Amino acid sequence: MINASLKEMAAALAAKKISSVELTQLFLARIKSLNPDMNAYITLDEARTLAQAKLADARIANGDITPVTGIPFAQKDIFCAKDWRTTCGSRMLENFIAPYDAHVISQFDHAGAVNLGKTNMDEFAMGSSNETSYFGKVKNPWDRERVPGGSSGGSAAAIAARLCAAATGTDTGGSIRQPASLCGFTGLKPTYGVVSRYGMIAFASSLDQAGPMAKSAEDCALMMNVMAGFDERDSTSLQRDKEDYTRDLNKPLAGLKIGLPKEYFAEGLSAEVAKVVQDAIAHYRKLGAETVDISLPNTRLSIPVYYVIAPAEASSNLSRYDGVRYGHRAAEYTDLLDMYCKSRAEGFGAEVKRRILIGTYVLSAGYYDAYYLKAQQIRRLIAQDFEEAFKHCDIIMGPSAPGTAFKIGEKADDPVAMYLQDIYTIAVNLAGLPGMSIPAGFANKLPVGLQIIGNYFDEARMLNVAHAYQQQTDWHKQMPEGIA
Amino acid sequence: MSLTINDVKRIAHLARIEVSETEAEATLVKLTGILGLIEEMQAIDTRGIAPMSHSQDVVQRLRADVVTSGNQREYFQKIAPAVEDGLYLVPKVIE
Repeated sequence: MINASLKEMAAALAAKKISSVELTQLFLARIKSLNPDMNAYITLDEARTLAQAKLADARIANGDITPVTGIPFAQKDIFCAKDWRTTCGSRMLENFIAPYDAHVISQFDHAGAVNLGKTNMDEFAMGSSNETSYFGKVKNPWDRERVPGGSSGGSAAAIAARLCAAATGTDTGGSIRQPASLCGFTGLKPTYGVVSRYGMIAFASSLDQAGPMAKSAEDCALMMNVMAGFDERDSTSLQRDKEDYTRDLNKPLAGLKIGLPKEYFAEGLSAEVAKVVQDAIAHYRKLGAETVDISLPNTRLSIPVYYVIAPAEASSNLSRYDGVRYGHRAAEYTDLLDMYCKSRAEGFGAEVKRRILIGTYVLSAGYYDAYYLKAQQIRRLIAQDFEEAFKHCDIIMGPSAPGTAFKIGEKADDPVAMYLQDIYTIAVNLAGLPGMSIPAGFANKLPVGLQIIGNYFDEARMLNVAHAYQQQTDWHKQMPEGIA
Repeated sequence: MSLTINDVKRIAHLARIEVSETEAEATLVKLTGILGLIEEMQAIDTRGIAPMSHSQDVVQRLRADVVTSGNQREYFQKIAPAVEDGLYLVPKVIE
């Protein structure tokens, strides 16, 4: 059952072959045995989780069933869940009990899903290896000396080690797609504005977007049906009609035009990863797709632009942590200013402080035009690159990350090297486009992800493209050793 | 442009984050590296390009200025570091 798809789990629940309580207990037992080493979860609350499972069983008995009723999901600890400790991976929120539900959480609750627990993550989602978490590093189930990627590293490890049916993540610069690549599963970052950010702790508001992380494209489609939709409580939530993201899963791919950006196959990409990605693309040609060479000339600039915009927005968003209404407050201080300065110095970790300082600097008097405004202008150039590219193709493919999972500690002391992890994912966030990563094979026994980038609101087609590949390959079904 | 130790301290003050002398030194090295990365932007001519803050053509929605939920003061204050009689406590700011 741990390797079953969401559809199979739902069928078993509907047929009373297993109850939601039993399914939930199965995962809780696995968490108990594997999580002490893996550290994928920060907070577990068995009583609350099982109470939800019981409610789900009652719903199933009454025939009040949705495709996710009774299925246990892991929730990234960036989503506020009422009466659950919600830390965002930070000491600042170590004792924060959320007083309300994020939109994503209430959507899962209303559908009758079970919340298994809150997953580990880089502090405030700032990182690409899960090493910045105040609650400790997370191990990659494929090689426990390596990182799972980040920032949604706990959700990633939980899926790879089958410690949940599926999980949620958020992606500001690649935080769903890069861990999906490094841990060998399917992750989707939707078009900006498709999933409400209400109750999702803010990092960089113009880039943050929640999405599904699961074993297959079909599972992601089912989760999108739960997560997506207009919410008036998020001012950037888009008012669009409800979509069924599973509607195109089985469409044939004949005639599909795949754009291959030359910048994504240039210097900086590991040769082994390049080979796996090229093989996957060759498979798509066999499925009837054609490939066209395209160019995204401003790709290189996406990293500097991101490291102005994201820290600028973060410095503003994180100014709310003042130790007054909630969050960490220093034990000793002389006056109000000292209380702010000490509480924030103690509550935030090194990477978060660095980004707040960079953001404060680029927004400070005299520098705004040279940095923030300039970055927003180049951001338009990056978006225009994609606009031009989509005149020549339906979908874009390339690697999700420049390499496979790296060793814990390898890049921890070099922020610039860490930032380059997101070279293929960041431009998608800046443009506000949807992007996903699917397992495409292995290099030196470590998973490699294929990135699929779609045009705005083209998630159903992307899921179709991913699903077609997953009908013919079994990369997405492979499991790491030692987790059975 | 190169950052100095005094810049680091000034920014840290603006950001309300206390930094010790040793932390400031280490931070200077890391921030200099990051700013070096950012500096690549300056080679691009962006004259006449409109800054982009949102990919979609959206307008700010307005809503009626009405109360939409009940008073939950006590519930919200349960997670506060220090409260008294329904008020949040902070060090004295007015002599």
